[in-house]
Amino acid sequence: MSHWIIAPVILPALLAAVTMLAFRHHILLQRVFSTAGTVLLLAIALGLAVSAAGGTVTVYDLGNWPAPFGIVLVLDRLSALMVLLTAALALGVQLYAIGSGWDERGKHFHALFQFQLMGVCGAFLTGDAFNLFVFFEVLLIASYGLMIHGGGPRRLRAGTQYVVYNLLGSTLFLFALGTIYAVTGTLNMADLAVKVGELPADDTALIRVGAVLLLLVFAVKAALLPLHFWLPESYANAPAPVAALFAIMTKVGAYAILRMYTLVFGPEAGIVAGSFDAWLMPAALLTVAVGMIGILGARDLGRLTAYAAIGSMGTLLVAVALFAPGATTAALYYMIHSTFATAALFLVADMVMERRGADGVEIRAAQPIPQNGLIASIFFISAIAMAGMPPLSGFIGKLLVLDAARDVPGATTIWAVILVTSLIAIVGLARAGSTVFWKGYGIVTDETDTAPAAPTRGGGLAFVAAFGLLAPLVGMTLAAGPVTAYLDATAAQLYAPDAYLDAVLSGTPVKAEEAQ
Amino acid sequence: MPLYLIAALPFLGALLPGLMIRAGRNSCAWATGSATLLALIGLLTHAPAVFRGEVIQSRIEWLPMLGLNANFFLDGLGLLFAGLILGIGLLIILYARFYLSREDPMGQFYTYLLLFQGAMVGIVLSDNILLLLIFWELTSLSSFLLIGYWKHLPEGRQGARMALAVTGMGGLAMIAGMLILGNIAGSYDLTVILENREAIQGSDLYLPALVLILLGAFTKSAQFPFHFWLPHAMAAPTPVSAYLHSATMVKAGLFLMARLWPVLSGTEAWFYLVATTGLVTMVIGAVIALFKDDLKGLLAFSTVSHLGLITMLLGFGTEAAAAVAVFHIINHASFKAALFMTAGIVDHEAHTRDIKRLGGLRHLMPITFAIAAVTALSMAGIPPLNGFISKEMMLKETTYAVWAGNAWLMPALATLGALFSVAYSFRYIWHVFMGPARGDYPANPHDPGFGMWAGPALLAGLVIGIGLAPFVVEPFVNLVATAVTGQDPDVHLKLWHGINAALYMSVAAIVGGAVLLASHRGLESVWKRAGPPAAKAIFDAIIDALVRLSRAITETLHDGALTRYAAIFTVAVAAAGLHAYAGGVAGAPTRDMTPITGLPFIGWVLLVVATGCVVAFHHHRLLTLVLMAIIGLVVAVGFNYLSAPDLALTQLSVEVVSIILLLLALNFLPEFTPRESTAGRKLRDGVIAAVAGLAVTGLAYGMMVRDFAFPSISDFHLANSYKGGGGTNVVNVILVDFRGFDTFGEIIVLGIAAIVIYAVTESLLRGPVRQKLLERQPNHALAGDAHPLMMVIATRVMMPIALMVGVYIFLRGHNEPGGGFIAGLVVAIALVMQYMASGFDWAAERQRVPYHATIAAGVLAAAFTGIGAWFNGLPFLTSDFGYVRIPPMNEFELATAMAFDLGVFLAVVGAVMLTLESLSRISRRAGYEVSEYPMDINPAREDGTPQGEGR
Repeated sequence: MSHWIIAPVILPALLAAVTMLAFRHHILLQRVFSTAGTVLLLAIALGLAVSAAGGTVTVYDLGNWPAPFGIVLVLDRLSALMVLLTAALALGVQLYAIGSGWDERGKHFHALFQFQLMGVCGAFLTGDAFNLFVFFEVLLIASYGLMIHGGGPRRLRAGTQYVVYNLLGSTLFLFALGTIYAVTGTLNMADLAVKVGELPADDTALIRVGAVLLLLVFAVKAALLPLHFWLPESYANAPAPVAALFAIMTKVGAYAILRMYTLVFGPEAGIVAGSFDAWLMPAALLTVAVGMIGILGARDLGRLTAYAAIGSMGTLLVAVALFAPGATTAALYYMIHSTFATAALFLVADMVMERRGADGVEIRAAQPIPQNGLIASIFFISAIAMAGMPPLSGFIGKLLVLDAARDVPGATTIWAVILVTSLIAIVGLARAGSTVFWKGYGIVTDETDTAPAAPTRGGGLAFVAAFGLLAPLVGMTLAAGPVTAYLDATAAQLYAPDAYLDAVLSGTPVKAEEAQ
Repeated sequence: MPLYLIAALPFLGALLPGLMIRAGRNSCAWATGSATLLALIGLLTHAPAVFRGEVIQSRIEWLPMLGLNANFFLDGLGLLFAGLILGIGLLIILYARFYLSREDPMGQFYTYLLLFQGAMVGIVLSDNILLLLIFWELTSLSSFLLIGYWKHLPEGRQGARMALAVTGMGGLAMIAGMLILGNIAGSYDLTVILENREAIQGSDLYLPALVLILLGAFTKSAQFPFHFWLPHAMAAPTPVSAYLHSATMVKAGLFLMARLWPVLSGTEAWFYLVATTGLVTMVIGAVIALFKDDLKGLLAFSTVSHLGLITMLLGFGTEAAAAVAVFHIINHASFKAALFMTAGIVDHEAHTRDIKRLGGLRHLMPITFAIAAVTALSMAGIPPLNGFISKEMMLKETTYAVWAGNAWLMPALATLGALFSVAYSFRYIWHVFMGPARGDYPANPHDPGFGMWAGPALLAGLVIGIGLAPFVVEPFVNLVATAVTGQDPDVHLKLWHGINAALYMSVAAIVGGAVLLASHRGLESVWKRAGPPAAKAIFDAIIDALVRLSRAITETLHDGALTRYAAIFTVAVAAAGLHAYAGGVAGAPTRDMTPITGLPFIGWVLLVVATGCVVAFHHHRLLTLVLMAIIGLVVAVGFNYLSAPDLALTQLSVEVVSIILLLLALNFLPEFTPRESTAGRKLRDGVIAAVAGLAVTGLAYGMMVRDFAFPSISDFHLANSYKGGGGTNVVNVILVDFRGFDTFGEIIVLGIAAIVIYAVTESLLRGPVRQKLLERQPNHALAGDAHPLMMVIATRVMMPIALMVGVYIFLRGHNEPGGGFIAGLVVAIALVMQYMASGFDWAAERQRVPYHATIAAGVLAAAFTGIGAWFNGLPFLTSDFGYVRIPPMNEFELATAMAFDLGVFLAVVGAVMLTLESLSRISRRAGYEVSEYPMDINPAREDGTPQGEGR
């Protein structure tokens, strides 16, 4: 019996609890243990990814109760990938939080951080719809705590909106689960897939409502228009490392959509045809548009990044909404890319704001900040990535998405929206970047060469973290071939769910080849 | 040297300048130059093979799924362009070494320059159009950095942004075009695409692909109406202008048109789009150039004009015209790069580029004058220079072109363009160098050092050399033209073509140009009055409008009103749900309706009335809380009535705890919520709420009147609760065993909620709120005795009983209604009562368990119970149970689930108490007195005076 699958959930939970119990007043110990824990999580995630790479679906029956009666965790290529992504992002973000001193500005940063990781990893690993709800709650409440970390009126106000809006989503989640359970009598995803496939014609109206409501819940998390309203304010006002970590939170929504709507309400499940597929793509396109327009219209760097996050989620959801293996490969590639790019952009925004002082949030000229060139280069790289310009992964991701959308109805619209909004993003980012990083030199009068005072915080570790988050973008570009090959296999596994179903419902690991 | 290495060398070299600048400016320039030189040598080693007609290839698989591969190939066209890029690059590096001042960060400059160079070499060597796209966009990005190099200049920033916006737009259009093109050809490899002319031109998608690709080429090569970015890019340092905006980057568009010439050209669409655009650009550019007072502005528009000329030649679609285009590309690169460098020299030495402030420099800067004169005359097309030959050939080609049945339009307009070209070329010589020397230059102009004029001088030599001996380059031109068109055009380059139409046109242009220059002053005043508006103003207005529009959209959409967000949410959800429902089939009810009996009816009425009252009185916060308590109680009773005692118990204790905590919080809030909604908004929200409520009702009804479509999993739980879980209370076994993992998650949620509340209070109390609290006046006069005797006594008496009840509920949980969650709430209530009676601090002093630790201990207990199963080789949370007998007790059951439940218990107690603690910290800050004694009036105390009298 291998227990490694559950480690990404148990490890952060234990770590957080121990932190609260033993050294809640000791920041150094918190940093050491929390970082060690995240490193360990990354190692475990790597191990899981390797074990899932061969196509094996591994199932973990919690409490030793067989599916569908107990809760199961399921490790396949997709869940392993998502956990790995989470761990890698978390490590970078955590180092930045420590390097910039953000973790000291309120109580319980590290405990909440680990709880958050637990929630995210659990959401990726679980094979049970209700358990997914539980992990959504864990990550929601932990993220709320992190969001208002450090306090301040603006942040608290934004936090209230965040939590209230997401509680609306949670309530809807319960409605959806109730509906689905009332029809099928089960909550295990694999079992649901089987049951939905065999559903009598009389029950289709209710199951369609359930499927759509559930999708809307995930859409809230994924910031799909018009359910994205929680995002701009909260991301713009959240502490930077937290906002950077939140790059994975929207992906939880995207992941859940991919999982549930390939496995349970997949393309073969004809009974949901004509429900969400009628509006998902237009909504995703609108999301791209509103996000990218927001970049151009943003008055401060925080919002700029928040809207960039919305825009990239839109692009991702466009690929998701195509619901075909090639498109899903593109979606996964873009998802990894956008996670790191968004996170890096949030960190740059923070570096600027920290150095500019109290009124430096706005996009306007100010005295050049210390380390202007270095920070400008991080901004330039992450902006390129975000806008989907070569040579970084954003461009390849966008090419993959465009390529995947080539033969579907409405391809022209999809292409036009993605390309035109890219231009808007480029213009917006160029404006913001040149104003923030260049324009200040124009107003310097006599002290151009006097070295500005060294920054009070945000030394080496913060930069290591920021560049560390950009490294995967470079890696994904150089190794685009192997990466897409792996993602292609991941997507293929999603669209051939037999192995998943067999593994969960028979309780033994099943290789994809054997299942077919 | 393999081709990928040639393309990679500048990129690798880009790492050097930033480091080498520490060793000095010369080392930096040398390092930069050697990277370029190495690449150039590598390129030239392939030259013999290319001249033999071979095509050198190098292939690396990159992203095979998409067809994006790092494939390169080198033929004549690639050799020409790569040679231009690297060769002129070398000269520019030399020139820039002396051009840049000490204040300019040279390391950055050379880094950007090499990045750009690499991108350009990549474009011209790519054998994969997706790879080409990558390099294409890279040139936009690196030129953005180069144009904005002087960060302090607003022109630099704006020019950089404008260039990026325009060329970026073209690049994005080209992405679409290339994807379509590759799709038609079935491959993204150029070598394959070039062999599929019929398939491509026969496809329905040919026209969209052509238009999109041409958008890319036209924006990059500054063709009308996208020409306006180029002059503004002149804010860059002159080496950049000379390199990017004359010799290389702006030729990328021409390169692309030449590269794809075999498959795209020859159609009517191609002719009308390309040749017309080229002609218009040529004339307009030439006209504007004449009226530019900025030296670099003049050269910029002359570049626009010449790019138009070459575009037009490519647009003709004949092999001969294409060969002329190739020849003119070579000539233009030679004279224009040199001209830019001379402009830079003038600027560098005279400290101005304004023609109006110059003149007479011939005496002061003879070398510069000589170079400028030779190259400018070549630009004007004066024999015996190379510009003359290609201009003659161009004019000749126009005489074959028929535009919409009109045979004279093209030659006439081309002659007009040439005429203006002569005029501005002459002006460059006449108004800058000729005439008397002036005494009011901003600086003392003199010839620069050798390093600075060596490059342009070399190019001027080429200008003369090619002009006098064109046959030397003839094989090369034929080679390149063959690469472009696919067949040898067999061009013969001669200085003297005899007396023909082209010669007449040429003479007309020269004479007319001279006349034009002579009347420049008069023409200029006309131009100033009637000339076209500045493109920059239009561009800026468009961008500003876009920004304003974006801002308006963004800020209108996200106005920060939570109520509106919630309304949109509700409407969206209801609409999507109804839409989904309408598309499916809802079968007839399978369950009978139960008759309405007394108790449920009363409960229903209470619920409805209480809910209605909440709507009516929600401004009164305390009253709302009471009404909510009623609703909660009715729900609890309902649970009990529907045979769910566990839920009823839970609901009851949750109600008690949450009402107490809410009361504490209400203490610090105004009694009434302000009335803010207008009648219209109330109506809107009322309608939305009603519709959503009805939809939920319908959904619930739909669920309740039908059975499960399949046997539900509950049957298994009922059957296995005792057998497998060791408990007869199925609800509890589900909570701690079947779905213990959910519970594990939920106690963590509870714990997190508590520490979040703690953290919020902490940060609140550190902020401005603290002062507010200190100054706070309570809404009402407080009761005289804060800690009443009766209450204290009663709670003390109740505490052991309540604790006992808690333990009892905990222990019976596995088999009877109860369990850790309820027990935790009951115990928490027992403790909360003490706090209420005697005040938080008094009670806290007597009970020193840190609640953080209680929560953590709970989570750990639950987790370790789960982990315990690992040692038996079983999954997390696998339970075990057995029956033990400890005399004198009866046999009883011990289950690991109980340890898990203990974790739940601890987490619940800790969470409630921590919340209470956090809230009472606020009240302490608000000036409530801390009581030394358990109660205000103590009969046992000597003084017997009430504490806190007068409050």
